Amino acid sequence: MSLFIVNILDGLVTGLLLFMLCSGLTLIFSMMGVLNFAHASFYMLGAYFAYQISLFSGFWLGLIVAPIAVGVIGALIERYGLRRVHKYGHVPELIFTFGLALLIEEAVQFFWGKSQQAYEAPEALDFAAFQIAGNTFPAYKLFMIFVAMGLFLVLLYILTKTRVGMTIQAALSYPETVQNLGHNVPMVFMGVFGVGTAMAGLAGVIAGPVLGTFPGMAFLLGSIVFVTIVIGGLGSLWGALIASLLIGWIQTFAATYNVRMEDILTSLGFTKPEPIWDSAWQDLWTLTLPQIGPILPYLLMVIVLVVRPQGLFGKRET
Amino acid sequence: MKSVKKLMLGVAVAGLTATASFADTIKIAFIDPLSGPFASTGTNGLHQYQFAADAVVNENGGVLGGMNFEIVPFDNKISPKESLIQLQVAIDQGIRFIAQGNSSGVANALTDAIAKHNSRNPDDRVLFLNYAAVDPALTNDKCNFWHFRFDANADIKMDALTDVIAQNDGIKKIYVIGQDYSFGKAVAAAAVGMLGAKRPDIEIVGNELHPIGKVKDFTPYARKIVASGADAMITGNWGSDMVGLGKAVIENGFEGPIYTYYAAGSGITAAIGESGKGRIRLIAEGQINPPVSDEASAMYKAYKAKHPDGNIDQPRIFNVIGMLAKAIEGAGTADDVVAVAKQLEGMEYQSIWGSKLFMRPQDHQLIQDMHIQVHTDEGVEFDYDGSGFGVVRESTVSMASMDIATTCNMERP
Repeated sequence: MSLFIVNILDGLVTGLLLFMLCSGLTLIFSMMGVLNFAHASFYMLGAYFAYQISLFSGFWLGLIVAPIAVGVIGALIERYGLRRVHKYGHVPELIFTFGLALLIEEAVQFFWGKSQQAYEAPEALDFAAFQIAGNTFPAYKLFMIFVAMGLFLVLLYILTKTRVGMTIQAALSYPETVQNLGHNVPMVFMGVFGVGTAMAGLAGVIAGPVLGTFPGMAFLLGSIVFVTIVIGGLGSLWGALIASLLIGWIQTFAATYNVRMEDILTSLGFTKPEPIWDSAWQDLWTLTLPQIGPILPYLLMVIVLVVRPQGLFGKRET
Repeated sequence: MKSVKKLMLGVAVAGLTATASFADTIKIAFIDPLSGPFASTGTNGLHQYQFAADAVVNENGGVLGGMNFEIVPFDNKISPKESLIQLQVAIDQGIRFIAQGNSSGVANALTDAIAKHNSRNPDDRVLFLNYAAVDPALTNDKCNFWHFRFDANADIKMDALTDVIAQNDGIKKIYVIGQDYSFGKAVAAAAVGMLGAKRPDIEIVGNELHPIGKVKDFTPYARKIVASGADAMITGNWGSDMVGLGKAVIENGFEGPIYTYYAAGSGITAAIGESGKGRIRLIAEGQINPPVSDEASAMYKAYKAKHPDGNIDQPRIFNVIGMLAKAIEGAGTADDVVAVAKQLEGMEYQSIWGSKLFMRPQDHQLIQDMHIQVHTDEGVEFDYDGSGFGVVRESTVSMASMDIATTCNMERP
């Protein structure tokens, strides 16, 4: 039972981290109709910027400066890159962001090398917050939960309660009408892209010390981010939150519990073929839950797409 | 006008020297990951090869009266499929020596492909210099004449490691975890088998494999390890999988020693840092701290001068280059790889890193001293990753598993 509670917390951390990436991506998608393949690369940039800043002035300054720097870079890329490609349609935009992802990965390797960087959590948070049956819960993870929760609340407030948020929401559905009403829609687009990438940067800043700061970090998270926003429903903030938490928990629990296919098949009345290594069914019989854990989110995506193509909270068919 | 002429001349001279060096080098294809999650391991290996080729061979007058070694890198993205393509490219370029090490999955694919290629194309045969892929099968059931392994295989390492564990009476429960592919499985099988034979009272409280290079967060695994009540854990993980696992188990409250194969260098030592001090041990060939000789010290310093951010974390690479040079000299040719292979078989060689080396002729497995080394910042003359931390030798098994049995039944040309 204590392990169960610990897993709930661990899954929450993973899920919220995923949410910080997905929230920006899903906003950008619903606004521009383009999947930003480079989104996870901004996450990586955030981690590397914060690492570089932490060498000079410690963790906390990086926490503030790195996401802003990433956001500014994101906004500039939208203004001078993506906007120019926009008029040629969606495919060139997709290719543009795809190329951008490769470019950022190469740039990171050029400046920082290919090795893992020693980016560490601040010493002030380097203690065990509490303990459940021998399992310590690092204070830093508690901090991650608070940052992500805070971000979600701020975002929700801005989008639903403020004038800026309403303009954004209106621009999402009827960009021409909003423009005719005198709003600067390209400016809104640039702002949303900048804020979206800054959030990815913030995710990188706080995830870097835990998940490792290395050139493969964007690649590791890249595909799962898309899976999450498809499950949650493209363009839905709540959907992104629920889907992120769902995937966080699925991955945590799948890795923890050794459910074996052998036990399931035996309880269903099948007999294990002997010798197993000579059987055509060997792969099926020796399967365990931790082994298939990483593909479960993809399985979930396929199921969601079949049952509810617009995603859990999506409003439109895509 | 004058400057244009000068430029032209310069280009012409550069072109000439380029062709000259092209003709006079013995090329070694380095097929390993230079991009993706394991890029740092591959790149550091490449730097060590290039440095070893220069320091051991080229600056000492080369081989066969002045021919230099040249390392030609090929990025295989750690994929067996990609490796076979790169192998073909290397062979098409006329390269006779193939060096690869990261991932036994790749090595298994390469050794099959090379055996096939050599039987079909007797005129341009190649040799496989395996410097790090340690799946025991490569020198047992799947052995062939063209494959030489310069690292100790997983069984040899585990034999030495379990000798040390067996002497520690405080260890009653052990957790075994590794990457889900041939090497991870070999480590797990060897750990369970050898611990069972040496210390039947030790309970294996966990034995599992996780997907290689795909786990984003090792926390759930760390929870399981802590919950199992293990006193120690054994892992064959390498690259970012090693950093992730090591950091996660220490952060989440695991107290015991962590026995590893590859928890050093390539950024791993810096990333683990203070948290793993005195906790992480690894079984490896080649002693870095304390240095074995002035010559070894000088070699390491020269490497640091060239790659300030790098490490010699795979000392065996120097043995590969040294032994290959000796074999080529002995054979009197670098083109007839059968003659070179015959020289390598049974070769005895003194490693600069302190061990006597012996290439067992029956299975092409190099026999050498194995050291248990500990991750620490005390008594470290040469640190890794510029972190102040490094590995220091604790104990040695000399000429480990010299008489280990092999199922290799080699066909010789």
